[in-house]
Amino acid sequence: MRELPAYYGFWHYLGHYGLRVLVALVLAFLMLPILIIIPLSFNVEPYFSFTEGMLRLDPDAYSTRWYEQVFNDPRWILSIKNSFIVGIAAATLSTVLGTIAAVGLASPVMPFKRLITALLLSPMIVPVIIIAAGMFFFYTRFNLVGSHLGLILAHAALGIPFVIITVTATLTGFDRSLYHAAIGMGASPLKAFWDIVIPLIRPGVISGGLFAFVTSFDEVVVVLFLAGPAQRTIPRQMFSGLREQINPTILAVATMLILISIALLVTLELLRRRSERIRMGTSA
Amino acid sequence: MTATSLSKEDLGAARRALRRRKLTAFLLVAPLLVFLLFAFVAPIGSMLFRSVHNPNVADLIPDTMELMDDWDGVSLPDESLMNQFAVDLKRLANDRTSGRLAGEVNRILPGSSSVIQSTARRMRTVDDDELQQNGAALLFDAHANWQQVPIWQAIRQSGNPYTIAHYLTALDLERTPSGEIQARDGPRIYVSLYIQSLRIALFITVLTFLLGYPLAYFIANAPIRLSNILLIFVLLPFWTSLLVRTTSWIALLQTNGVVNTALMGIGLTSSPFSMLYTEFATIIAMTHILLPFMILPLYSVMKGIDPSYLRAAMSMGGKPIPAFLRIYFPMTLPGLSAGALLVFIVSVGYYITPALVGGADGQMISNLIAFHMQQSNNWPLAAALGSLLLFVILLLYWTYDRLVGTKNLSFG
Repeated sequence: MRELPAYYGFWHYLGHYGLRVLVALVLAFLMLPILIIIPLSFNVEPYFSFTEGMLRLDPDAYSTRWYEQVFNDPRWILSIKNSFIVGIAAATLSTVLGTIAAVGLASPVMPFKRLITALLLSPMIVPVIIIAAGMFFFYTRFNLVGSHLGLILAHAALGIPFVIITVTATLTGFDRSLYHAAIGMGASPLKAFWDIVIPLIRPGVISGGLFAFVTSFDEVVVVLFLAGPAQRTIPRQMFSGLREQINPTILAVATMLILISIALLVTLELLRRRSERIRMGTSA
Repeated sequence: MTATSLSKEDLGAARRALRRRKLTAFLLVAPLLVFLLFAFVAPIGSMLFRSVHNPNVADLIPDTMELMDDWDGVSLPDESLMNQFAVDLKRLANDRTSGRLAGEVNRILPGSSSVIQSTARRMRTVDDDELQQNGAALLFDAHANWQQVPIWQAIRQSGNPYTIAHYLTALDLERTPSGEIQARDGPRIYVSLYIQSLRIALFITVLTFLLGYPLAYFIANAPIRLSNILLIFVLLPFWTSLLVRTTSWIALLQTNGVVNTALMGIGLTSSPFSMLYTEFATIIAMTHILLPFMILPLYSVMKGIDPSYLRAAMSMGGKPIPAFLRIYFPMTLPGLSAGALLVFIVSVGYYITPALVGGADGQMISNLIAFHMQQSNNWPLAAALGSLLLFVILLLYWTYDRLVGTKNLSFG
């Protein structure tokens, strides 16, 4: 531990140690509610709380029955499949459109830049309930309510701001003269974009895509309004489970989702480091 | 020399090149704009339109509504209008759509629903010619209310496809039959729910500030290795599904949940507290969910502040608290305002968490919008409530953009 400065008085010490206690409490507040799900999902009893057996670490008090139930329930299987189909399709759509737009937006001569940026970011600011209600009114006219396509379009719109923000952040560190050099040496704009710009901003594009995927994967309000029984997703299934009959299969699904978040977090951190290396110009 | 030394052709070429670059940039953005116009802007637009446009009644009884144009609206309508209405009502009864008319009129004049429904049942068996001739008398026969003006006024009012009536309802106002706007009798449910939503959002913003500021400060000033680990503690909840985090709060706060079991286990209380399905549950769960939104912008601002400012102030004899408040705190204001407005804007419109853990008193305006969309099927009112909420949010977003600029939005 570092030596505390000599001029420290009572209030300094109080601040120093008080801050550490407060920080520990806030960290516990952030993490414990998430960590507590994991052991509870192995509860042999159908409760949301620790049994005496679990506290004694009695192996008989733990089981994987809720996990088996998830994978034997056709509704969960369907919702897992739907979540991935909708998530991947929506993320692809918003990543492609968002990346191209972010490149245009980064141009110093882009007209109406402020207004367009505000519009592109607005799906993040407008409450989802308003978006969902509006989509219900509008999509009905095109028979998009109760279809996978409708859900994909809706989720792609919700993912756009995240793609714009991450790709724009990568582009601010991008040296535009590389692109102009390629053009100057005779490459077509499309070829220069594909061969020069894309490889350099790839980490940002991938993180934007992951953001868009998570946005869709975690979204439930729009699903509540637009999806029929055939489009149920994981969060939708959890939502009705929590409202109707609470049972620990939800905890088993929640634990699996936590593992997915950890995997995503690690991937994003690696991408961020890679992007930083590219920006520093030390990339291999 | 300046531009004068350039030839006309050079200037023209430069201007053309600039125009081409502008066009290229715009063309790159165009596909996304077209997509968002369809998938996002048009839906919001149709919700705004829905809030003032309700063609239901006009579609159900178009012929009656046409005759309504000639009625003065004060005395009893003439017989031809009533006859036509009787014919329309029979058709609705046979199509099984009289309930929709009854529901729409009932929203304007409570109690009309049963009048319309019972009359519609009686009209079903009468043949059309008889209704054309004696519809009015048959209506009077079916229910005495048809001899009075209010129900006819209510039908006319509900038949007007363009109306601000739903905005009045959403603001707990009403229009009297003579056209004046006044406060509605009874509890002010909608306005008080807006106020409750703003109050809960403000409370959550303050809580996330009190919890997030010290943590952000500590992480920003910790050695790099430690700060990287602590950041994961912030980012993991941020990346964990909203439903997962809400689930864990249900597990924690239930009557026989983890918190109560623990409290009773260490003997702090003998009977469990009821914490789930209260406003308390909404606030604590949402504070947990939104805390990273406060910490991340604070952290990114604090990381850029040189700690020697504070050390200098204190080594020169400044007391820690005044030194902190006068030197350090003002420098963190950009991050604080970004985090606070983000948390506030996001929480005002929150739906899922209040719906699952809020019970009766922890509801927010979004829950009422969902109720009118899904249960009471009063879509125009849902749209009006949503439009007002959207207005509040846009006002906040505009303030945010003026004060901070959207550039400061980033994620970890």
